[in-house]
Amino acid sequence: MIKAILIFNNHGKPRLIRFYQYFAEDMQQQIIRETFHLVSKRDDNVCNFLEGGSLIGGSDYKLIYRHYATLYFVFCVDSSESELGILDLIQVTFSLLQVFVETLDKCFENVCELDLIFHMDKVHYILQEVVMGGMVLETNMNEIVAQVEVQKPHGEGGLSAAPARAVSAVKNMNLPEIPRNINIGDINIKVPSLSPF
Amino acid sequence: MALKIVKGSIDRMFDKNLQDLVRGIRNHKEDEAKYISTCIDEIKQELKQDNIAVKANAVCKLTYLQMLGYDVSWAAFNIVEVMSSSKFTYKRIGYLAASQCFHESTDVIMLTTNQIRKDLSSPNQYDTGVALTGLSCFVTPDLARDLANDIMTLMSHTKPYIRKKAVLIMYKVFLKYPESLRPAFPRLKEKLEDPDPGVQSAAVNVICELARRNPKNYLSLAPLFFKLMTSSTNNWVLIKIIKLFGALTPLEPRLGKKLIEPLTNLIHSTSAMSLLYECVNTVIAVLISLSSGMPNHSASIQLCVQKLRILIEDSDQNLKYLGLLAMSKILKTHPKSVQSHKDLILQCLDDKDESIRLRALDLLYGMVSKKNLMEIVKKLMLHVDKAEGTTYRDELLTKIIDICSQSNYQYITNFEWYISILVELTRLEGTRHGHLIASQMLDVAIRVKAIRAFAVAQMATLLDNAHLLTGNMQRNGICEVLYAAAWICGEFSEHLENPMQTLEAMLRPKVATLPGHIQAVYVQNAAKLFATVLKSQEGNTDSTAAQETSQLMIDRLPLFVQSANLEVQERASCILQLVKYIQKLQQKDVEIAEEVNALFAGELNPVAPKAQKKVPVPEGLDLDAWINEPPSESESEDEQPKAIFAKEEPKHSRPRHTEVDEKELARRREARKQEQANNPFYIKASPSSQKVYQDTPGVEHIPVVQIDLSVPLKVPGLPMSDQYVKLEEERRQKERAEKKKKEKKKRKEKRSGRGKKHDSGPESEEDITPAHQVDIVTEEMPENALPSDDDDKDPNDPHKALDIDLDNLVEAAGRRPLADSEKLPVRSHRETPKSPAEDGDTENAALQEPKKKSTKEKREKKKDKDRDRKKSKEEKKKKKHKHEEKEEDLLGGQADAPVVQSEETSEVVAPPTSTNPEEATTVAEAEAAPPPEAASGTAPDSEPDQPQDADTEEAKSSKHKKKKQKKEKEEKEKKKKKKHHHHHHHSDGGGEESVQNGTVEEEEPLPPMSNYCLLAENSYIKMVYDIQGNLQDGSQVVVSVIFENKGDSFLKSMEFNVLDSLNSKLQRPDGSGPHDGLTVPFQLPPGVSNEARFVFTVQSIIMPQKLKGTLTFIVKNEDSSTHEKLDFKLHFTCTSYLITTPCYSDAFAKLLESGDLKGSSVRLEGVNMPFHHLLARICFHHHFSVVERIDSCASMYSRSIQGHHVCLLVKTSGQTVSIDAKCDEPTLLGNVLDEIKQTFSQC
Repeated sequence: MIKAILIFNNHGKPRLIRFYQYFAEDMQQQIIRETFHLVSKRDDNVCNFLEGGSLIGGSDYKLIYRHYATLYFVFCVDSSESELGILDLIQVTFSLLQVFVETLDKCFENVCELDLIFHMDKVHYILQEVVMGGMVLETNMNEIVAQVEVQKPHGEGGLSAAPARAVSAVKNMNLPEIPRNINIGDINIKVPSLSPF
Repeated sequence: MALKIVKGSIDRMFDKNLQDLVRGIRNHKEDEAKYISTCIDEIKQELKQDNIAVKANAVCKLTYLQMLGYDVSWAAFNIVEVMSSSKFTYKRIGYLAASQCFHESTDVIMLTTNQIRKDLSSPNQYDTGVALTGLSCFVTPDLARDLANDIMTLMSHTKPYIRKKAVLIMYKVFLKYPESLRPAFPRLKEKLEDPDPGVQSAAVNVICELARRNPKNYLSLAPLFFKLMTSSTNNWVLIKIIKLFGALTPLEPRLGKKLIEPLTNLIHSTSAMSLLYECVNTVIAVLISLSSGMPNHSASIQLCVQKLRILIEDSDQNLKYLGLLAMSKILKTHPKSVQSHKDLILQCLDDKDESIRLRALDLLYGMVSKKNLMEIVKKLMLHVDKAEGTTYRDELLTKIIDICSQSNYQYITNFEWYISILVELTRLEGTRHGHLIASQMLDVAIRVKAIRAFAVAQMATLLDNAHLLTGNMQRNGICEVLYAAAWICGEFSEHLENPMQTLEAMLRPKVATLPGHIQAVYVQNAAKLFATVLKSQEGNTDSTAAQETSQLMIDRLPLFVQSANLEVQERASCILQLVKYIQKLQQKDVEIAEEVNALFAGELNPVAPKAQKKVPVPEGLDLDAWINEPPSESESEDEQPKAIFAKEEPKHSRPRHTEVDEKELARRREARKQEQANNPFYIKASPSSQKVYQDTPGVEHIPVVQIDLSVPLKVPGLPMSDQYVKLEEERRQKERAEKKKKEKKKRKEKRSGRGKKHDSGPESEEDITPAHQVDIVTEEMPENALPSDDDDKDPNDPHKALDIDLDNLVEAAGRRPLADSEKLPVRSHRETPKSPAEDGDTENAALQEPKKKSTKEKREKKKDKDRDRKKSKEEKKKKKHKHEEKEEDLLGGQADAPVVQSEETSEVVAPPTSTNPEEATTVAEAEAAPPPEAASGTAPDSEPDQPQDADTEEAKSSKHKKKKQKKEKEEKEKKKKKKHHHHHHHSDGGGEESVQNGTVEEEEPLPPMSNYCLLAENSYIKMVYDIQGNLQDGSQVVVSVIFENKGDSFLKSMEFNVLDSLNSKLQRPDGSGPHDGLTVPFQLPPGVSNEARFVFTVQSIIMPQKLKGTLTFIVKNEDSSTHEKLDFKLHFTCTSYLITTPCYSDAFAKLLESGDLKGSSVRLEGVNMPFHHLLARICFHHHFSVVERIDSCASMYSRSIQGHHVCLLVKTSGQTVSIDAKCDEPTLLGNVLDEIKQTFSQC
């Protein structure tokens, strides 16, 4: 079982949190902080498994994480999950994290942290197609992408939505900071192409 | 209208959407909290509007804020509102928010039941999907109970997208509502062979999760999984299955043997590291489960170790980590194969990655020997010095102690060295493990008598330098060590060189800053020391010294008398008074030392940790009986402080690391004695420690003196334990040399004909003799201690609760026929109690004929079960045949039995469930209570665990006892028969079961019963049905019909129509005419069955009636399709209007007394069955519950959907059963009694 999936950035700001076991909000934040603390002090070239997050679970639980550019993707799993299955090193096969990140990449077309920031709901919907209730639902990326696409709202609302869209466009123009124009060159999370084993 | 929309959207224009909110928060970095609070105010306004779009937007923003840590539970109701929006986009937002913040104590969750049910049955698969996803996150026991049926139905949904989600969520449902596991299990099992890989994977996932908690119940699935493993190409599924096998093999070694080959092949062939790794892991598990005496598996071990070495040597840290992890598993059973890679592991200790170092530490544990212990510990001590983080350092500390103390200090040759190591470890600041070091000190000092003098000297030094340890006292765990030091110095004070100095050290004012429990020990042991000092001083002529000592005590003790800690205070004042008295006597020149010493006379022996538990309870002593009257509530408060004492004390005073099994200990002692007896270098008898020093070579003597002088805590240079390493090396060399000499001598002696038996093999570990002879005292056990060792189980095992739950359930579902007590609860899930098998018996008999024959044929071919199974599945290629035979071998006949049994269960227990949700819950609720009652009345042997265990055992023993098998075979055959049918139709009609009933009855306490009876049948299709009342709506009954495709063509466009009568009408959807048929919501591929439910409204329920109806459908073959029709008659019995309702005996009595009920009675002759069977039948077929049962007389109760009470008094004598009945509606009663009579006339 997967107990929690957390995405936060290099400063520990949560970008997506998904607990499959109930924790109160303050506890959730504490877990994020603890996890960030544990993960962030590790070098990039050490292993991606961590034991001893005291807040979630006990010794049976492991933190499995990946650091992509500005984001940490952390899975908290128990011993029924295969460590490498979650984080497979070879793209030839599959890996949950890989699948998730690549799906994000496909759905957002070159995903970057800002996509996650502004479309947290969509990220959730994508995640829901990969993991459900703490268990892996689907590992076939094409299937996931297809399901996400089908469920995308298409031109909802017609008449009533049109003005809202227009207004949204206007609002964007008036804003001092338009996020799309920020220089985001280095925060692209491209899935690294790993050398085959 | 249009204007309203425009107005709405103008309002919306100025609402922030999620993106605006995020942008806003980013623009208000400096006053984020303030900005968010204004946003929350806005959201609150938005939530008040009627426009669902606005609400959805607001909820979406709340979800974001929730992520930032804001509690949004106040909006729970609005979330529910958004969830119930008809628009998918909004609904999805609602469910997302709910899944993020709902939990079991969210109260509005109750309101969602119906909404979720509606979404689950929505025609749009994505509505269903989103509901399932959401539900998976916030399912509560109530939701699980109410929706279990709906989800179970979805497991057979036409869309794989829904199927896989439904299958996955079942695990969550099982967790919250364990009762659902049994009925759902057969279908879950079916999904393992689902054509869609996603569904298959989900099913594997769920079963693996279940089996992980409780593997033994899933052994029967091993053949199926084996097949999947050899056929699946999905790595994810493979990994799961292989992991599952890892859990199963310890329970069934034969499975392991079969697994090795395919797994080794996978290891060789796969390119996926994850798969390779899991394979290696499982092979290890297999090898562990197999007895080690299998030479042909050493190749597998070598392969595993080899592959792991490759992993560990890899530059990728992840692989390195996992390699070490797996290596530690091999270590447990095959330490030799791992030990050869010691270099590699020691190398990993220097890795920069902490996770890897920790794993390497684990491995070290198994690599030490007498030879290398000192060397390894020395290395670890270096790491301790270097380590920065306290966690890693603490881990090192525990590992050092673990390594040294393992198997009763087996590898320690020099305890002086060990004590020095412990003392060195006390230099660690801020460690949490002070008590660990302390308990080791105590343990060694108590159990190794020879070391006491040395230990006491070291401890005295520690006490002298206590101030170094207690720098920042309160947080410092290391001061625990002083506890041990004080106790050792006090208890073994005769070994102290300068007791006076130590006494003074123990009475320093600074001691008062130590934690209470340590002070208490200080005070107590100061008294012991005082006694020793007194003794030495009294012998002198000068009596002033003794008086001065008393004065010292009297001066210092008052400090402790004032302590806030009660324990300290009490001990201190006791001892103070004692000393004052002694002083008085001293002034009168009375010799007192002897008497004071007598206070502390007697040796303390170590006691085994479990000794207390093993004291047998003397006969006639009832520990549970009250000695005095139970105390009133108020007293409990007074007792609290006592608990504090108790908590502090025993924790430290008890030696740790003494968990070695007593037998093992005895064995080792024996072995050691043997060894010592054979070793001429051993100094026998029990010499005092001093003697030992004299006996050992001179080099040995030096360090002792040195250490006594040097204060280890102050020496910054070479740690003293290092000296031991060197010395030990020298000593060993010397010994070896001497030994060689002696051996030469011996050889000479031998030649001269003395013939002494002494093997002088090559130098092995065993030849390294300990530096001093240590007499490891065994722990004491009470006399006639109970030998049973049942205390291995850890009561704190986190999964224990869950295990038990699933245990009872799965075992029943998977492995054995249900006891009568267990059958009843099942009804609460499927809400369609089975019809008396007998109902349709006569009609069916003819139709069953061909099937019967086929089963008979099979009976002749009993042995070839395999082929049987295949026949039933209709087509199998030769290849597959081989496969199955393999499986069969795999577990032999034994595995087969459980499989078959589970199949049977599937029939009896859980036919596909219904689609009518309301029905499901109401009946479930209504029926939740009666089963236990009924069970207690009907089944004397209904204890759930006992028979199950017996059954498993039986299954196990069956493989050995072939004779027994004969009997069982018959049983199996019957089950096989059922199983055969099962493949054709999900759930069987009563017809076939009735055939079995006759035969099975003798062996089973209660025959399986079904209320489903035949509705109609032709060559294409067969329909069986059951009718159930609806408690909530007094005018509704639900007819569940199971359609079964008998032919080999595809059936579609089924339409079910009934000719309404004035009294009963089929409920049709709004807008359809009174004569329109209802479309059956599924199609039937060949050999498949499914269940549909139809709701009827009835006005009067007092009379039974029949309705004519027709089913039309299209039969589609490859080339043609025809339109077919089948007529039927629905028989509404009065029984079907009754609903099982529990009733308490007092309420029942009141009801009878009220006089509103009219009576009637009936006599049944020639009923030849046990009374509890009879009751069970009435309960089951006629929806009654037992109120009370006394011997051969029972009162029963039921209620109609319109609230009529029906009370029965059933008596039996011989073969005659008399039923006196009362009901407020005589016609209804008459009809019910007629139906009961009919039921029994048929058996």
